[in-house]
Amino acid sequence: MDTSWFVVLSAFIFCIGAAGVMTRRSPLVVLLCLELMLNAGNLALIAFSRMLGNQDGQVFALIVMVVAACEVVIGLGIIVAMFRRRLPIDVDEMSELRG
Amino acid sequence: MNVTSYGWLVLAFPLAGTLLIALGWRVLPGRSAGWLGTLSIGLSFVASLAMLKELLAHPEDSRALVGTAFTYLDTAGVVADLSILVDPLSVLMCLVVSGVSFLIHLYSVAYMASDEGYARFFAYLNFFVFSMLLLVLAANFVLLIVGWAFVGAASYLLISFWYRRRTAVEAGIKAFVINVIGDVGLVVGAFLLFDGTGALDYVGVFERAPEVFGENSPQIVTACLMILVGAFAKSAQLPLHTWLPDAMEGPTPVSALIHAATMVTAGVYLIARCHPLFELAPAAADVGAIIGTATLLFAATVALAATDLKRVIAYSTMSQIGYMILGVSVAAYGAGLFHLMTHAFFKALLFMGAGSVIAAMSGQQSLNRMGGFRKAMPFTFVTFTIGALALAAFPLTSGFFSKDEILAFTLHRGSFYVVLAVVGYIAALITAFYSFRMVFRVFLGPTVTQARELEQGQLAHGEHANPATGEEEDTGVGFPGAEHHIAEREWPMKAAMAPLALLAVLAGTVGIPGLTETLEHFLEPTFKESKFHESVPSESAELIGLVVGGLFAIIGIAAAYYYLLRDPMLRLRTRERFKRIHGFLINKWYFDELFDLAIVRPVAACGRFGRSVVESAFVQGVLVGGTVGLVRAGTSFARAIQTGELRAYAALVLMGVGGLVLYFLIVSS
Amino acid sequence: MIFEQILFFGAGLGAIAGALGVVLLRNPFYSVLALVTHLVALAVLFLLLQAAFIAAAQVVVYAGAVMVLYVFVVAYVGGSDEPLRPIEGGAVAAFGPLFALAVFVEISIAVLGSSLDALGSRGAEVSAGFGSPAEIGRLLLTKFLLPFEAASFLLLIAAVGAVVLARKRKGLEESSAQDAREPGVHGGAPRVDEPRPDAHGTPRVGKPRPEPSG
Repeated sequence: MDTSWFVVLSAFIFCIGAAGVMTRRSPLVVLLCLELMLNAGNLALIAFSRMLGNQDGQVFALIVMVVAACEVVIGLGIIVAMFRRRLPIDVDEMSELRG
Repeated sequence: MNVTSYGWLVLAFPLAGTLLIALGWRVLPGRSAGWLGTLSIGLSFVASLAMLKELLAHPEDSRALVGTAFTYLDTAGVVADLSILVDPLSVLMCLVVSGVSFLIHLYSVAYMASDEGYARFFAYLNFFVFSMLLLVLAANFVLLIVGWAFVGAASYLLISFWYRRRTAVEAGIKAFVINVIGDVGLVVGAFLLFDGTGALDYVGVFERAPEVFGENSPQIVTACLMILVGAFAKSAQLPLHTWLPDAMEGPTPVSALIHAATMVTAGVYLIARCHPLFELAPAAADVGAIIGTATLLFAATVALAATDLKRVIAYSTMSQIGYMILGVSVAAYGAGLFHLMTHAFFKALLFMGAGSVIAAMSGQQSLNRMGGFRKAMPFTFVTFTIGALALAAFPLTSGFFSKDEILAFTLHRGSFYVVLAVVGYIAALITAFYSFRMVFRVFLGPTVTQARELEQGQLAHGEHANPATGEEEDTGVGFPGAEHHIAEREWPMKAAMAPLALLAVLAGTVGIPGLTETLEHFLEPTFKESKFHESVPSESAELIGLVVGGLFAIIGIAAAYYYLLRDPMLRLRTRERFKRIHGFLINKWYFDELFDLAIVRPVAACGRFGRSVVESAFVQGVLVGGTVGLVRAGTSFARAIQTGELRAYAALVLMGVGGLVLYFLIVSS
Repeated sequence: MIFEQILFFGAGLGAIAGALGVVLLRNPFYSVLALVTHLVALAVLFLLLQAAFIAAAQVVVYAGAVMVLYVFVVAYVGGSDEPLRPIEGGAVAAFGPLFALAVFVEISIAVLGSSLDALGSRGAEVSAGFGSPAEIGRLLLTKFLLPFEAASFLLLIAAVGAVVLARKRKGLEESSAQDAREPGVHGGAPRVDEPRPDAHGTPRVGKPRPEPSG
């Protein structure tokens, strides 16, 4: 298969993830959509790595996976902390970033 | 030592005195601050004498010597040195200033002895003498202006010496403000001269002025008029005269020194010094003559009605300075300066005597409450009367010779100056009248309680209060001291008044027409280039003038005697009959009210307008508020984005990404 | 070749289906499961791209560990159905899919219209050991040593952060007891006009407990 197929697939998944981030209310699902986007990025990286015959892309994807794992840990930790405090688990209610 | 070194010494001694007293007043015991101040001025006087002696050793045509300390400005075509000019005019002024100041310092040692601010007084007084000497010794306009400003500052400090007294502080401010107007005039005038001639020192300006300015050209007339503004403010001539009577709020020695003998004569000195310019601009000189005459008449009339003893003397000062200004404006330089010298003597003497009387009255100054001090204060009576005789120009006193010489010169000039001379003679009559009004009211007539007590040997002890408003005061710092000192009991005061009394009688001998012309002769090197140098009145004309003047003096004194002593009720009846005129005179021709209406109130209204409209509406509202509003409005868009909603942020990020991709798409295609 | 293409389309469809499932399914639990499917499909795609080690890591780490963590949290927090609300969240939610579509279109144009020839080919010739653990390991320890170490440091920070977030704080139990009386938090009606308990995110400290003596 040509590399372009993989890249277009990756773009598609990325955009589905983006749409999910903007649409869903539960922060859990938003995080899941974020995972989608990250994976799409990984796919693109691997595809280009294959295209160039260079394994740097694969190592990059590995590190991205590490980062994604860390981010999930913290994100879920926050959600658990919020749940413990009986705060609403709702993206629209969390507006402390207001400037 | 050469002449200019003595000149620097003359300046250095008072300066050293000021610094020593000002910095060391805490360690100086008792009255030593006063003695130190007196000593420094005494040394300055000795140095002036030495300067005179050295100057006379020079041949007559090289008696204008400039001594430069250093050049402190030499840039962009402006050259100003720290230099002094020693010539007959400045030496005369130095002698008069330092001599009279020495005697007044001596007087103050006793007079101010119980004042809490004793050391401060002498520091200020020394500073004043230094400034005045700087003014007269300056060799260029820059140093003149420096001395001019210092003198104004010293005057302010000394007028409001009793700084807790509200009226004194207000008077000080009034004097300072009017003096500043004069300062501005002087600076503008100096600038106009510099603009035309390119020089700032006297020698340079006077040499180049005739080449650069045509006779009576607008520039030179304007420059001279501006200089006149400065002279009038400092010498209290119309219309910048309102500060002088109020300045009597200061202690009596201050009135004697500054407002009689020295500072107010600075204007006369200025005109005499700049005489080449005034001869180049006769229009300005005429203005000077007219204002001088108007002032001398105005002041004489007001002195007829004033009730405060010191204010009567103040108005007499104003009047006599008017004579001097008239004199130097009609090119009678020698006569004008002669009158300056004699006036310094007898006016200081009069103030000293007044101080003694006021002390006997325990601070009160109103003529209405005084009377019959002749027996209680004989020394004061004699000296005061001598001063009054000199003021009235009684025959053979010093004032007689000097004043009538001015009037003789004025008559001699002819044309409209004759009118001025006639006014001068009329005013001389009035002068004689009011000077003896003072003598008769204070020393003769019914004896008041204070005088009677003093005859028994008891000095009056009244309430400590403001003589003008009657407000209660204490005797701490900022108010007069607890004790009062009269001449009969304090030898320094007697030692100061006696020489002045002698001089008031004998000083005329340097200017007897036809016999001794020492002063004229002495001043000749300075004024010999004057156009009017040769046109002097003939001896006979002068003698006639003297006779007329003497007659007027005697008539005036006799009128005063008749009016005040013969029939006590006559005074009150006349006042009733001429109530309107009396009111006009006692309100000083309503000048203060005029200024208040014409100047003070509009300016205050402008200030209020500025504060309410310009400041609050425009600056606060439009400028400040507008800027704030503009920034707020401009950034409201940015603030609207920060909603705090995560979705919105995510959407923004995505839109950013989309935008970037689009950009790269477009760029690469 | 054919096998490859079939595998590609199968895995591709699986990935897309999983993605759509994540976004569209209402129950968060089902979303998690959909994501697991997606991840596995992606692993297959990685295999197709000669990235064996990455595919294994994807399955073991991502689908294995991270998703299990997700499952735990969803079970703890409670994944009740999110009720369907039209245009909830305002204009953003309405136009979100459109923005995403726009971005997809742009990227597609970029890729397909690109003058990069290699995109239209299978790729460079690779050796047999391409993407093997040995190769990746060698790279990690030589060329990418610093990112490797940084990544481990990042993992350490994440672990510490997780512990910090999860620990109990003083007075929390009392406020938790207070909150128990309040209406249910998640999945309920939005509390728009209720005063936010901790508007500034500071830990709520209730009445300080008396210190035990000794």
